[in-house]
Amino acid sequence: MRITQGAFSFLPDLTDDEIRLQLEYCLSNGWAVSVEHTDDPHPRNTYWDMWGHPMFDLRDPAGIMTELAECRLANPESYIRINAFDSTHGVESIALSFIAGRPSAEPGFRLDRTETAGRTQRYSLVPYAVDKSPAGERYRAGV
Amino acid sequence: MSDATPIKDPKERYRAGVLKYAKMGYWDGDYEPKPTDLLAVFRVTPQEGVDWVEAAAAVAGESSTATWTVVWTDRLTAAENYRGKAYKIEPIPGRDDQFFAYIAYDIELFEPGSIANLTASIIGNVFGFKPVKSLRLEDMYFPPAYVKTFDGPPTGIIVERERLDKFGRPLLGATIKPKLGLSGKNYGRVVYEALRGGLDFTKDDENINSQSFQHWRDRFLYCMEGVNKAQAASGEVKGHYLNVTAATMEDMYERAEFAKELGSNIIMLDLVIGWTAIQSMSKWAQRNDVMLHMHRAGHSTYTRQKDHGVSFRVISKWLRLAGVDHLHAGTVVGKLEGDRNSVLGFYDVLREGRNEVNREHGLFFEQDWVGLRKVMPVASGGIHAGQMHQLLDLFGDDVVLQFGGGTIGHPEGIAAGATANRVALETMVKARNEGRDILMEGPRILADAAKWCRPLRAALDTWGEVTFDYASTDTLDVVPTPTSL
Amino acid sequence: MEEPTNTRPERDDDAASGAAGTEPVTIDLAREYEEAGIAEVLDALDRELVGLQPVKRRVREIAALLLVEQVRERMGLSAGAPSLHMCFTGNPGTGKTTVAMRMAEILHRLGYCRKGHVVAVTRDDLVGQYIGHTAPKTKEVLKKAMGGVLFIDEAYYLHRPENEKDYGQEAIEILLQVMENQRDDLVVILAGYKDRMDKFFASNPGMSSRIAHHVEFPDYSDTELFEIAEIMLAEWHYRFDEAAAAAFREYLAVRRERPHFANARSVRNALDRIRLRQALRLFEERGRQLTADDLVTVCESDVRASRLFDVDDDETTEDDSEGGTP
Repeated sequence: MRITQGAFSFLPDLTDDEIRLQLEYCLSNGWAVSVEHTDDPHPRNTYWDMWGHPMFDLRDPAGIMTELAECRLANPESYIRINAFDSTHGVESIALSFIAGRPSAEPGFRLDRTETAGRTQRYSLVPYAVDKSPAGERYRAGV
Repeated sequence: MSDATPIKDPKERYRAGVLKYAKMGYWDGDYEPKPTDLLAVFRVTPQEGVDWVEAAAAVAGESSTATWTVVWTDRLTAAENYRGKAYKIEPIPGRDDQFFAYIAYDIELFEPGSIANLTASIIGNVFGFKPVKSLRLEDMYFPPAYVKTFDGPPTGIIVERERLDKFGRPLLGATIKPKLGLSGKNYGRVVYEALRGGLDFTKDDENINSQSFQHWRDRFLYCMEGVNKAQAASGEVKGHYLNVTAATMEDMYERAEFAKELGSNIIMLDLVIGWTAIQSMSKWAQRNDVMLHMHRAGHSTYTRQKDHGVSFRVISKWLRLAGVDHLHAGTVVGKLEGDRNSVLGFYDVLREGRNEVNREHGLFFEQDWVGLRKVMPVASGGIHAGQMHQLLDLFGDDVVLQFGGGTIGHPEGIAAGATANRVALETMVKARNEGRDILMEGPRILADAAKWCRPLRAALDTWGEVTFDYASTDTLDVVPTPTSL
Repeated sequence: MEEPTNTRPERDDDAASGAAGTEPVTIDLAREYEEAGIAEVLDALDRELVGLQPVKRRVREIAALLLVEQVRERMGLSAGAPSLHMCFTGNPGTGKTTVAMRMAEILHRLGYCRKGHVVAVTRDDLVGQYIGHTAPKTKEVLKKAMGGVLFIDEAYYLHRPENEKDYGQEAIEILLQVMENQRDDLVVILAGYKDRMDKFFASNPGMSSRIAHHVEFPDYSDTELFEIAEIMLAEWHYRFDEAAAAAFREYLAVRRERPHFANARSVRNALDRIRLRQALRLFEERGRQLTADDLVTVCESDVRASRLFDVDDDETTEDDSEGGTP
């Protein structure tokens, strides 16, 4: 399957040039950009691992592309996303977030059901990868 | 204009009999509104022969303390304070039968944190008043002292995005069609297909409450089944606006509690439940971490005609104070009424931290919302993927775009319809960020995406030519400033 | 799919690589020069800085070289990506930072620098205080400078071979890497005293080999310094009277021989002290009515009061140093 989190997941994976254009847009708006990665793609897993700190005061995407390349090298089978943070009054939150790297195979989620009173069920989403291995060993190339 | 000087001498003022409103103190051309006054601007169409100042004063009086004859009991109060004061009259370009009247109300007139009281006060009495042929409440100003008595939207745009983990693009929704008649199980199927295809939300329609063909509990159960399956299929947070509108508050609470128990992140209300119910449910939503979607059912009975009623601009402000997270506010290019500039004004009122005076958008007053959370506007009604560039250009990212017919009527099925909309949206947002002129190149951008996305190709082929072009019934009275376009 | 924006402005030159059957292509360098807007920047430089003729000449040469290089590249005659890193040597207060900013603008207009901003740093901005501190610190700075120019003042301080616990070498390694492999992303300008820079290059041949353009910033002449002084005074609505002007010329001649001479900065500091003395003098005469002329005029005594004129005291120095350069 293909996880569709982030702003552009229904489009073909962004090329580096396309990522650069999005970064130009973010920098021109004065947003701080950060790179994050995870091997637990559960939709409620808010806190991915930070790759370095958010980068403030950058004028050009080159530095961010270097960080992204290094993150990909260190975590080739993780989900990687780019966040742009808008600190203006009244927003003070993320303005854009999109996926910039995926594992080569995405097994997806299992839906667990627990029946309770009446016809009510309690649902749990379990990522298959999280289910089978501890952190750091979840996604392998070719698996 | 006739002699409008108020009578100051108490013996004269309170002698039994009938006085003109202007002489009773409801008109004061020199009045400077206090920083704590609430202000209103009415579009007044007086009956033939009624003087404008007198008409304005009458509106001020009848929306505050006046009665048609002098009463001695006024003297038991500090009556000056409680009178509404008409302080300004503004002619309307092109109309000599109508004018704008500005009226100031002391903050003491209003109960803190109560929209029911606010509306009962301002519009509860005056609209049937005979000397006024028609009357429309155009805009209101609320001082920070008054705004602060309300909690406002329980979630707000920023926290909504953080809960959904979706940033940098509009959200997508669809109303389940047909509006009525589906059983719970079949209804849930539509929810599942639309959400797994790519929409963020699906929606009950305003009149889906609990009917013989579909009990509300069945709807809730099957919708949440659809929502959870779609979350598992996509890895995204999804939602369905469960309509908890019911006959009594007790029923509404019961339905809302069940929605919460089933794990829904959002519920829906219809405007017709009334101001008191809305504020109660807003409080409930805040306490239970559930978002509140407001459907403006019934509003166009009184918002649509230019001469009489209440402008939707005012309704938006009241709803922001009362506390809703989503509000239908118009599409401009869809099937329902909405002049472009007026609609943009509604969006401003819902989304900005502070509104500046902007007569081109119909905003008469500056309004500081002093940190009151922002409402996510919803554009719904007759829009389709082929208009994505216009919608994005008009409304930006903070909006929910709802494509009911445009999803469910797709020739290849509901999921395909949803995918077509999502791909059209993401493509357009990406192109805009890259610096392309989406208004000029929109159709070409969509056509390029349609080359690799078959559902989008089919959607454009089916609906590409559809537009809704009728003259708007509610336009602004502003002489447009020439621009250099 | 849209062409990604790159560093060079797009031009319509389909004939450049010789489409079949077209006449030989000619380039109008004057038009290229004008379109790039370089003249504006050079004019600004002329206006902002007094004198500095040799430097201005060098800047014009480099601009011409880069313009021609760019045109050659468009015609497919490239000699490889030109090295753009530079070294500015000279005493403090000779306009190095100003010229660096104008250079960044020129590079931007010619398409060599994507954004054209300048990030000015010294050793302390790049080097850490403990192990592992330097690399992230240097990389932070580099990221902010990407797309523009990194101006490193007194760059030789990066190299402290006598102190084995010094982390400057790490910063140098990182800089060398970037200067070599990311020439499209960043231009580095080193600056400082000539003799120390020469020593630095001698012990860091890697760094030396990456510098394409050396520009020397001579000290201002006395006449130029005086001109600078007059410009500054005029900006602040002051003027020398004749005797004061003569006194100040003497002052300049003496000052430049003393230590810590910082050219334009020294002039500015001197003028600040002169203004103070003028104000005190006026205050002491506060009995009488003052005219605008009184408020504006600097008299000889305001200048001569300087300790520099105390003939007996050879050790006296005006304290110009702002706590930086020894």
